[in-house]
Amino acid sequence: MTEAVSATGRRGLDRAGIARAAARDIPHGSYVNLGIGLPTMVSAYLHPQDEVTLHTENGMLGMGPEATGDDIDPDLINAGKVPVTERPGASYFHHADSFAMMRGGHLDVCVLGAYQVSAAGDLANWHTGRAQDIPAVGGAMDLAIGAKQTFVMMTLLDRQGNAKLVGTCTYPLTGVGCVRRVYTDLAIFVLASDAQSPTVTVTATFDATVEELRELTGLPLLDGTGDAAPPR
Amino acid sequence: MSVVEIVTAPFDAVAGIPDGATVMIGGFGEAGQPVALIEALLERGARDLVVVNNNAGSAEVGLARLIAADRVRKVICSFPRQTDSWHFDEKYRAGKIELELVPQGNLAERIRAAGAGIGAFYTPTGYGTLLAAGKETREIDGRHHVLEYPLRADFALIRAHVADEHGNLTYRRTARNFGPIMAAAATTTVAEVTRIVPAGDLDPENVVTPGIYVDRMVAVGATSGARDGALHTTGAAT
Repeated sequence: MTEAVSATGRRGLDRAGIARAAARDIPHGSYVNLGIGLPTMVSAYLHPQDEVTLHTENGMLGMGPEATGDDIDPDLINAGKVPVTERPGASYFHHADSFAMMRGGHLDVCVLGAYQVSAAGDLANWHTGRAQDIPAVGGAMDLAIGAKQTFVMMTLLDRQGNAKLVGTCTYPLTGVGCVRRVYTDLAIFVLASDAQSPTVTVTATFDATVEELRELTGLPLLDGTGDAAPPR
Repeated sequence: MSVVEIVTAPFDAVAGIPDGATVMIGGFGEAGQPVALIEALLERGARDLVVVNNNAGSAEVGLARLIAADRVRKVICSFPRQTDSWHFDEKYRAGKIELELVPQGNLAERIRAAGAGIGAFYTPTGYGTLLAAGKETREIDGRHHVLEYPLRADFALIRAHVADEHGNLTYRRTARNFGPIMAAAATTTVAEVTRIVPAGDLDPENVVTPGIYVDRMVAVGATSGARDGALHTTGAAT
């Protein structure tokens, strides 16, 4: 297992390890959108036999890996504006169609980064809220609420050592009650976003105990580490 | 206008865009950005423009130059901040440009709604966020929705691939993005295209934007590699 030193000096998963963990939970045959940044790394751990089709919100299904050399075509880019390639069976469509398939619930999974996720599944990932920062939302608000399942990838702690899985988000929200699973360097969390009594279950830990995770987050985490793999 | 007007110079294609006009500009980053039309608009000198685009310009190309020249009063977009959006960043921080930030799916659907004659629509996107503050909401089938209104423009400037002389348009790959919906949402739509072929040379099955939405066209060759000066080999018309 790949490791990295976190803000508390713990050796949890590194970025690639987090990406691999998220990739493992993407169901066979899914249509998936990977957000800009860390989530893009998930594609490296999806295999042809997984038959996963990647969506990019600027109008394509069947996106292939980043383009290099003569394959670079300025008319073929991903949402991060990086030149990419097309897979056999790819399709193109305009922006309203692209977001209609997202907002219409046709994508199975989207994977996003986050500043904070709350125990109730609220997501904050588009704006720091600081006046000097220029806000940019892109497709984040549509992705967060549109896919059948929203996964988040992030380090559990920020640079100051504060947990990013929180009781209530302090950063401006991207979506309400939308996050299903959270993949971090220290643990994997599954959120049950029943508004009456949201629960957060730890399904795997990496160099941290569930009790330590409770202390780090201040949340009454349920221990699911001994359970069989939860249904996808 | 029932017949599309074909002009030979981008300068003529953008004639009549007044100061204060709302102008939709196609493109996602530089893919599908109608650079020749933007350059012509810059040359024409229109000011106080309200620009609708996904972004707020990058580097020293197209929309970024329009912003740098203080021609844009307001940008309506989803993602202004990029590593190379320095012209917008500078104007924004100096209070010289207004920003209306719209979630990308709402931006696309508001443009689509305008072209389709939809009065308004409810969407879950943005509910409970700052970008829905003050907007009407409604619970539909147990889910919270936000009321969003159409986004229209006086002009749309778009980039397409091959056109026929009736204004039917095809696109290349992800350069399609906002082109088809902007074409329908503006009073006057101007398309810059790689080339214009006689009617009958495009397979009608492959037309993405029917000519009914297009008012003026100019053929400018394959410029999609404009950033580094490289030109593509363009594909077949279909």
